[in-house]
Amino acid sequence: MGKRLVVICAAVALVVALIALYISSWVTVVPPSVDAASVGPGGSGGAQLTLQTVAAVGPRLSSSRPHWVSYLVYRNGKWERSTNFTLPANSLVRVTVYNYDGESGLRNPYFSQPQGTTGGTEVVDGKTVRALDSPDYASHTFAIPGLGIFVPIPGVKDDAKNPCDTAPCALSNAHRTVTFSFRTGGKGRFRWQCFVPCAAGTITGFGGAMQTIGYMDGFVKVV
Amino acid sequence: MSEPNHARRLGAIWLVATLIATPLVIFVLGPVLPPGNGSEQASGHVTDNTVLMAVMTPVLLLLIVYFVYALVAFRQEPGGILEGPAIRGNARVQIAWIVVTSAIVLSLAAYGTARLLEDGAGSGGGSSPVVVPAGPKLQVQVIGQQWAFTYRYPSYGGVETPHLVLPVGQMVELHVTSLDVVHSFWAYQLGVKADANPGQDNIAFVKPTELESFSVRCSELCGLWHGYMFDHGNVVSAADFKSWIAQQRVKFAPSQKLLPPYSTTYIPEPARRAG
Amino acid sequence: MSDTEAAERAAMPTWRRLLGFNLLTAVILAIVGYYFGWWLGNQFSSSSRDYVADLDYNDVALILAYLFGVVGFLVGLGFANYPLARLIGRPPSLRAKEGRGVSRYFGLCTDHKVVGMQYLVGIGIFFFVGGVNAMLIRLELLNPTPTTIGPSQYLSLVGMHGTMMMGMMTSGILGPFANYFVPLMIGARRMAFPRIEALTFWLLMAAGFILMSTIFFGGFPTGWTGYQPLADQTVAGMDSYLCFFALVGLSMTLLGLNMLATIISLRAPGLTWSRLPIFVWAVFATSILMVLAAPMLIGTLLMAMLDRTIDTSFFVAGAGGSSFLYENLFWFFGHPEVYVLALPGFGIVLELIPVFTRKPLWGYRLAVAGMLGVSLMSFFVWQHHLFVSGINAALRPFYMLSTEIISIPTGFIFLCVMGTLWRARITLAVPMLFCLGWAFNFLIGGLSGVFLSDAPSDTDTHGSFFVMAHFHYTIMGGLIFTFFAAIYYWVPKMTGLSFNERLAKVHFWVMFIAFNSTFLPLFVLGMKGMPRRVSTYADNLQGLNVWVSVSAFVLGLSMLVFLVNLVYSLLIARNRSPHNPWRSKSLEWQTPTPVPVNNFEQIPVIESDPYDYGVPLAGNGVS
Repeated sequence: MGKRLVVICAAVALVVALIALYISSWVTVVPPSVDAASVGPGGSGGAQLTLQTVAAVGPRLSSSRPHWVSYLVYRNGKWERSTNFTLPANSLVRVTVYNYDGESGLRNPYFSQPQGTTGGTEVVDGKTVRALDSPDYASHTFAIPGLGIFVPIPGVKDDAKNPCDTAPCALSNAHRTVTFSFRTGGKGRFRWQCFVPCAAGTITGFGGAMQTIGYMDGFVKVV
Repeated sequence: MSEPNHARRLGAIWLVATLIATPLVIFVLGPVLPPGNGSEQASGHVTDNTVLMAVMTPVLLLLIVYFVYALVAFRQEPGGILEGPAIRGNARVQIAWIVVTSAIVLSLAAYGTARLLEDGAGSGGGSSPVVVPAGPKLQVQVIGQQWAFTYRYPSYGGVETPHLVLPVGQMVELHVTSLDVVHSFWAYQLGVKADANPGQDNIAFVKPTELESFSVRCSELCGLWHGYMFDHGNVVSAADFKSWIAQQRVKFAPSQKLLPPYSTTYIPEPARRAG
Repeated sequence: MSDTEAAERAAMPTWRRLLGFNLLTAVILAIVGYYFGWWLGNQFSSSSRDYVADLDYNDVALILAYLFGVVGFLVGLGFANYPLARLIGRPPSLRAKEGRGVSRYFGLCTDHKVVGMQYLVGIGIFFFVGGVNAMLIRLELLNPTPTTIGPSQYLSLVGMHGTMMMGMMTSGILGPFANYFVPLMIGARRMAFPRIEALTFWLLMAAGFILMSTIFFGGFPTGWTGYQPLADQTVAGMDSYLCFFALVGLSMTLLGLNMLATIISLRAPGLTWSRLPIFVWAVFATSILMVLAAPMLIGTLLMAMLDRTIDTSFFVAGAGGSSFLYENLFWFFGHPEVYVLALPGFGIVLELIPVFTRKPLWGYRLAVAGMLGVSLMSFFVWQHHLFVSGINAALRPFYMLSTEIISIPTGFIFLCVMGTLWRARITLAVPMLFCLGWAFNFLIGGLSGVFLSDAPSDTDTHGSFFVMAHFHYTIMGGLIFTFFAAIYYWVPKMTGLSFNERLAKVHFWVMFIAFNSTFLPLFVLGMKGMPRRVSTYADNLQGLNVWVSVSAFVLGLSMLVFLVNLVYSLLIARNRSPHNPWRSKSLEWQTPTPVPVNNFEQIPVIESDPYDYGVPLAGNGVS
């Protein structure tokens, strides 16, 4: 009898341990959140978010998915692979995106026009534009649909010199610089995503990195 | 002790319960049934749901009354080993049951068919719907993509907008399609639901009747942000609609230049795995 | 294995006993097979297909790994021994796989009673896993904006819960109870194909682990329906779903074939079709569905695998394929599938109610007609799942009609239950409570189905929580309640031990109340506009969602009550059950407990159906 009880207790403990492991190691795992207010050179009262998009994230930033396309965020002097940002409520957020990836083209050309940004425009390599010249030039978008923000990011031309295939990329590599700003409203947690079918190799370009938090999708938490 | 007449008692209880409950269902529950009166189709659903509820109530009550009665009246004494009567069936009861249930379900099917053929009931009717309401219709295209719905108004230069705005009292012909996976366009208050399939046109008709805001959700699992694919649309007066659409045409002029010509389906090159 | 062989074996040192065809070998060969398949897949796909490197996952490698893993597993268990022995001219006997002792439960055994027990425990474990996933889903839905669980993990949980339940519980009653009791009820010594019987179980176990392994490959966001082309986009976790369901389909087909062959050909003398126990009829009707519908699923999933691996375009719009094709193929399997889940429940209820009312089954022929009618009709209703899809919209009136018509045979079952209760002597024993719980749940499930079968009304409820509540009422309320009825009714026969009745009653009442408190509000949520499979919802729905979640946790708790009862009654207290505690007149209760390996010393001759209640002094139909 005593032996049987011990076995039963051990089995129960094992099951509970397995469930705890399942929950802690898989179900609840999300990449860490990055506070935008402390990112990059801060301005007056607003927040600065500095991002980078790369064609392949590389083994250093993702050992299991080194070839996936990804956004990176600049924090404490280095580029990290995180797509969860914290923004201050009711304030201006300035975003800079350095894009090292090539052109993929939009499935819906409608997203070629920035929306929800200050003035309805974005600055591409120093030039203010109201839309990309062609939807085919899009490489990614930075979009927070819950806040009405959609910003297309043009890609590096195929014939550009010194392209960067795999992160980490340096400013000396061919890249496009996109800056824009928007005002946050009240508190909340919003998804952000890319609308360009940029996950090469998957049907309609929307598999893999496009459907995985930490690559081309994430959360924006407004606090 | 003589057995009471169980059948008569049961019948009486059921009749009383039905006579009380059915009017309550029709007149109290009916008006608050979803999806409300945002459109002719939505009002039609309220009527349909009320009819179904009213037909179901006596059936539900019959079974519940019967089971409760049986559990009260036909019990074994605690610890008893009595056997029940060896009745193996009753042809008249069985035939009556078959006739009545058949009559109910066939009339429900007939009713449903009639209602469906009236105006399409706001549900996706494919690329060539059987029922096309008469009169002028405003064409609006609903484009599903991972993960947002956008809308095109072909009669206004094919402008594409992020929100759905419809004029009140106007029959609208919604063309629902998708650019990637299967989505489902669900405008709850309007009583409209139609799947968005890649490369397929799915037409639904709706005539909004109330000035109100309505919610739009995706109701077919479409990937990571399926649960976040929601938005609000508005039903506005005809004049407000005119000014809104004019405003949209200005606002989205830059993207409108880049859009492909209006078409009922858009099938971009399917990016293959190797692509 | 003869007694002397068993004694020899017991005398061997432990390490020697571990050698041979057993579970340990099976696991080792499964791992070897898995890595071999992985290696093989990488060989020919990485050389010819450079893009695989860009995806950072390789569907070919994973599918081959699963395939060879399963083959290794089955070979390790000893499934190849029989054909190989026949090849070299040494016909082995079935007895070799019908040993004694506890070890026979952990390997290939062709005794249908052992397989039944294996099924009960194996399916129970996966039912528990599916339940834990449901608890996590409800945990997330406590809050209208996601908090604890990531969105992709949430969708994977939804998919794993649905797929585990729909896949595993398909055999929830046929696996344990039909395998165990159909031969006993029809007076047979074994199933028609004992090796296939064992194979269905081990295939299902392999499948279950494959599905659980999806978390190592990124999960899958498609729910249990696996709609294309979403499934095509998904990372390698999707392959786990495809392989799982294909293996489940194979297991179902074989299980159904075996049941049909057994029922048709192994009935005892005198057991005419009109004397067949009604549960056996239910198994018969279910098996027809399994044999006809499951191959469709296997074919569909093979097409999906080809789309994912060698770039065929069955389901890719713009490349000659169509997402409609998948929807049609899937639901042509999927709708019979839900009746595969419901019909065994009908059988259990109709089989048990005569025992606890002390009356013959009322309207036996009507009940049989009802089950066969449901079985037949279920092949003609599948497009009601596609009412708003735009597919063949002109055919909606037909599918509305066929769907409404299927409620007529379902109504027969209710009439038979009601007729049997008429002027009965009802004892509210635990199995009877679960049967009555079925009656209430299935009534609600059936009536809510009317809204869904009505195309205009379906516009509101399609793809919403209303549908979710509806099929949980019919499947959980229909199948799981009768599953527990069967456990409380038959496990005393299977083990010779009785359950603690007080705990069993607590289990029933907590489960019944919590079940209704969980799923009734879901109808309201659906009608208020909450779609299925979302981790976010409108703020004004939070109150009801919290109510549902708390109820769901209580429902989960009721399962723990059952587990405690199981462990306490069968492992700790071990009170012997009376020989025939329910005074049943059915044939399976007339056999000794434990049932001998060959079931019957002498094959019985049947003289009546097993519902000879209410006739004092009548025999039990067995001579």
